[in-house]
Amino acid sequence: MATGVLNLPAGKVEVNTGFLEEVARLSGQPLELCFQCQKCTSGCYLTQDGDYAPNEIVRLIQYGAREAVLQSKSIWLCTSCETCGLRCPNGIRMAEVMDTLKQMAVARGLVPAGEVSALFHELFLKEIRAIGRVQEAVLMLKFKLKTGNLWEDMDLGWRLFRRGKLPLVPRLKKNPAVRWVFERVAGQANN
Amino acid sequence: MQYSYYPGCSLEATGVEYNLSTRAVAAALGVELVELPGWTCCGSSSAHAVNKDLALGLAAHNIALAQEHGRDLVVPCAACYTRLSKADYQMRHDPQERVRGEKLAGFTYTGEITVYSFLEVVKDHIGTEMIARAVQRPLTGLKVACYYGCLLVRPPEVRPFDRAEDPVSLDEVVAALGAEPVSWSYKTTCCGAGLSLTRPAVVKRQVDRLLAAAREAGAEALVTACPLCQNNLEMRRPATESLPVFYFTELIGLALGLGEARAWLKKHLVDPLNLLQKLSLAV
Repeated sequence: MATGVLNLPAGKVEVNTGFLEEVARLSGQPLELCFQCQKCTSGCYLTQDGDYAPNEIVRLIQYGAREAVLQSKSIWLCTSCETCGLRCPNGIRMAEVMDTLKQMAVARGLVPAGEVSALFHELFLKEIRAIGRVQEAVLMLKFKLKTGNLWEDMDLGWRLFRRGKLPLVPRLKKNPAVRWVFERVAGQANN
Repeated sequence: MQYSYYPGCSLEATGVEYNLSTRAVAAALGVELVELPGWTCCGSSSAHAVNKDLALGLAAHNIALAQEHGRDLVVPCAACYTRLSKADYQMRHDPQERVRGEKLAGFTYTGEITVYSFLEVVKDHIGTEMIARAVQRPLTGLKVACYYGCLLVRPPEVRPFDRAEDPVSLDEVVAALGAEPVSWSYKTTCCGAGLSLTRPAVVKRQVDRLLAAAREAGAEALVTACPLCQNNLEMRRPATESLPVFYFTELIGLALGLGEARAWLKKHLVDPLNLLQKLSLAV
């Protein structure tokens, strides 16, 4: 794998050949077809909040800027609303690409420090593994405790609770079938 | 008509009134929903972001259960519907994905069952003509903005039951109830619910935008088919904003004259009863 350095307005980034092929293969998306029409970015309601716009992410992938992409804030903002993919004239489903990038960032330990979305996903999956379902009350509480923001939405939580919308049912029974799915997934990863 | 019913985790908590109204409306319209025994979380909205195998495996496990019970699967939650219909699509159309899903969930995929959203069942299996005939109390004068959200009709190859850019199924259903769907441009714009806990400021901006657009179009309420949208549009709004957000099943229940509708509406964070009283539609 060859490496090099690319000068971007944001600074120098390292590039690796092979990154484009890897992301294209894992996401199943024809990333090489992108000709920068920017329809993805025009329709994205989160463009202004990220460090790179969707079309820039694609370009960086084509360049092979692995670290810049996998450490970017933008990939964690994407809510997979699929607006971009629907409108792409080259049939690139960008939400699949964003999912692949998040998965790669997690697998390679490149999630930016303080990225709470990754923590949220981790807690979410732990709940499923534990009891087969997600109790929203428990998940919200654990997330708030972990991020030290317990009081932020306290009023909201109380209003939901009062309406019977955050039931705390003691349903701590393990679900063997779901455990088995998690074990199979772990097994696949080790193969 | 008989289906397996997959409520999903949100419908047991923040979306409880969607669960209650879906069950009541289905029963009133002659649709039997049998809760899928032993259903588990579909993995939304986290598995697909972190692990490709978990995303397919958790959804495939529920498809395996539905297959075992031999009935098509009905899913009211747009987020669960997304994950389950996607997994089904992958296994149906890609032999490699089928093998992967079968291994992860330990079953043999037959493709005999179909995953439907409850909106699709209402619109296409029951049909707006039958719904219009069942209406006892037409929702005359109620101007609503139909909000499909991002997950219900996209991507089009997986969810071909409505148009991806300008869907009309909800509009047709509420029109059959006697309400007036307004024309607006934000039908499928994401509300940001997936970031509601992690980036509330971003989500507040988006909710503001959507509610303002609905008002500008002349709507007095929004209608959704997604518990994440409904909650997000109620929770992340300014305290002064009073535009109610209904589930489409609640509006059907109201129009059918179901007495329990009041109890569903009482669960809302934003009280819709004032508006209904103003229009003499309250139950």
